[in-house]
Amino acid sequence: MATDKKLCLSGRGVTKVFGIGRQKLTAVDHVDFDFHEGEIISIVGESGSGKTTLAKMLLGLISSSEGEIYFQGQKRDIRSGRKRQEYWKNIQAIFQDPFSAYNTFHKIDTVLLDCIRMRGGKHLPQARKVELMEEACGFVNLKYAELTHKYPFELSGGQMQRLMIARIFLLKPKILVADEPTSMIDACSRATILDYLMKLRDETGMTLIFITHDIGLAYYVSDTVYIMERGRFVEHGSADSVILRPREPYTRRLISDVPKIHEPWDLSTVVFA
Amino acid sequence: MGHTIRQIFRSGKFVVGFTILMSVLLVLVVYPWWVPDPPLQILGQGTFFPPGIYVSAYDASNAPVLYTLNLRDAADKRIESRLSQEDRLAMQEWLVADGLPESAIDLADTDALLALWEEHYEPDRRLPGMTFARMRYYQRVDAGLDSLRSAGGGEILAARNPETGELEETGMVKLTDYANISQVANVRILPLGTDNFGRDVLTQLVAATGVSLLIGFVAGLIATAIGLTLGLLAGYIGGWVDDIIMFFTNLFTVIPTFVLLILISFSIGQDQRGAITIAVVIGFTSWVWTTRSVRSQVFSLRNRDHVNLSKLSGHSLPRIIVADILPYIASYVVMALILQISSGILAEAGLSILGLGPRTTEVPTLGLMMNWAMIYQAHVLGNWWAYLPVLLTIALISFSMNLMNTGLDQVFNPALRD
Ligand SMILES: Nc1ncnc2c1ncn2[C@@H]1O[C@H](COP(=O)(O)OP(=O)(O)O)[C@@H](O)[C@H]1O
Ligand SMILES: [Mg+2]
Repeated sequence: MATDKKLCLSGRGVTKVFGIGRQKLTAVDHVDFDFHEGEIISIVGESGSGKTTLAKMLLGLISSSEGEIYFQGQKRDIRSGRKRQEYWKNIQAIFQDPFSAYNTFHKIDTVLLDCIRMRGGKHLPQARKVELMEEACGFVNLKYAELTHKYPFELSGGQMQRLMIARIFLLKPKILVADEPTSMIDACSRATILDYLMKLRDETGMTLIFITHDIGLAYYVSDTVYIMERGRFVEHGSADSVILRPREPYTRRLISDVPKIHEPWDLSTVVFA
Repeated sequence: MGHTIRQIFRSGKFVVGFTILMSVLLVLVVYPWWVPDPPLQILGQGTFFPPGIYVSAYDASNAPVLYTLNLRDAADKRIESRLSQEDRLAMQEWLVADGLPESAIDLADTDALLALWEEHYEPDRRLPGMTFARMRYYQRVDAGLDSLRSAGGGEILAARNPETGELEETGMVKLTDYANISQVANVRILPLGTDNFGRDVLTQLVAATGVSLLIGFVAGLIATAIGLTLGLLAGYIGGWVDDIIMFFTNLFTVIPTFVLLILISFSIGQDQRGAITIAVVIGFTSWVWTTRSVRSQVFSLRNRDHVNLSKLSGHSLPRIIVADILPYIASYVVMALILQISSGILAEAGLSILGLGPRTTEVPTLGLMMNWAMIYQAHVLGNWWAYLPVLLTIALISFSMNLMNTGLDQVFNPALRD
């Protein structure tokens, strides 16, 4: 069980308030969490419940209004630019919308070369860099030779998301935050994306924080599930305990939205349908 | 990049605006070869010579060859142009006194007037109440008409003999003598006449357009550079940087820019104000608008995932601003620059009309030309050539730049594409 593993990311009273005065909106409201190394954690909630906001705080892309985040047992300190860059060697992300995740002025090459550089491969010979990129693309079944001079917007949504995974393949971070990686792409590509993601996680043993609005998907992928309702974690625990024996009405509602979850079901037919 | 430029040149509006602007620039480059005079040189003694071709009367009468042409209507045309309004009124007076009704006389119809005059005028008759001097005046007018009509008429050219001091005949210009204009030594075309100081308006206009474009360009570059830098910093860094920048931006927003411009220009003093000084002052007072809009664009860009991805890829702040923010607002900045250039030109014109433009002794600007035309009342005197071409030039430049902007807008905002 995960609990005997080392803590890798945890939070106490983490809060994010947007705006000021009358327009104040508490997107994330005093959440506590403990994520362990190598675990797959799902954060499940409806759209607008604050999942992305929490993900960005975990990633250090936005600051929290209140509360403390601990990285590997230590108070996380990312106040200087250098420390942030160091932190981002450990934690990476896959964003929800692949269409807005790439700089449309840069070719695909640039995206992958950035990753090699970040892993200290800036001065590798060109041939070795190409080899690495070919390997990364091969991992997600993309042909590097066909991509090298293309722009991201020339790819399909599914291909772009696969390229995101290739990026993670090169970076090999300790933690990956995947924010609804399959929600914006066509149904046919979803299963493959999820497949590559799980394969990558199995190979690297990284901690995967999987954010989704689909509790069925969470049950399929994760060890631990956190249920988020309007900025709060209302329930968490092992996937089995939360989904098969939910305590909160909100969780039950999420579950009832997934067809046939109460009946014995064959996961492969649900996910790969 | 290449693709974008091709797109831009496929936009009709941009191409038309760009062509107009390039034609203006071409004229600026080519014209000085044709007329190399300094633009502020005073040519004419007197004010506001009308547009036209000026032929040296001396050189025409002394042309190497004078040709004899017998033109049927030469006499009529000559009388038409020589017979002054005063003479015509005097003739009318005579005819009325002779018993003709005033309504039967059309002063503008030279032929009819002359026919009546032929019929009724008697040189020796003294109408009641007419002074002797008046009678002599009528005799002179009549003699003049006769000589203009006589086939053998002409004028004797004479020069004073330097030794004796006597007038000696040197030649004769007959009524049928013609000079070929290409053989006349001095001919000057003044397509737009002269201004109040007797300076060639067209030469001045060409130089002024160049200087005004330069002022607009320098002012636009400064305003855009300041606006872009402050907007990027305020929008991307936010926090107290944003607070400070917005404090100054708001300060500049509540003070009307033009009032500020007037105050600064006034405090600099006339002799310190060169064209570039004015451009710099205009630039430093008109960055507010660019700052605001760049800032708000950067605000929405900085939370975009591609910026987040760039951060996660370990890029530094300057590199993110240059590579992940700037390209997304570049098209907008180009449009802002074009707008700033054309409003810089207008600002200079406004300042100069108020007498707060660049000093008047070095180079003309479009605004200074307007200022001179106004001070010397060209608009009251009906000397349209002193101000209308200037107005049209300002309008043409603004129009071409706005057209370019509309074209760019259509390329960059797909929603506007038709
Ligand atoms: N930058 C922001 N400024 C203001 N409000 C925001 C911002 N980002 C998100 N929110 C608000 O916070 C709430 C949570 O949003 P989000 O974290 O994106 O939810 P989820 O990812 O679960 O759909 C929403 O009501 C959203 O409108
Ligand atoms: Mg979200």
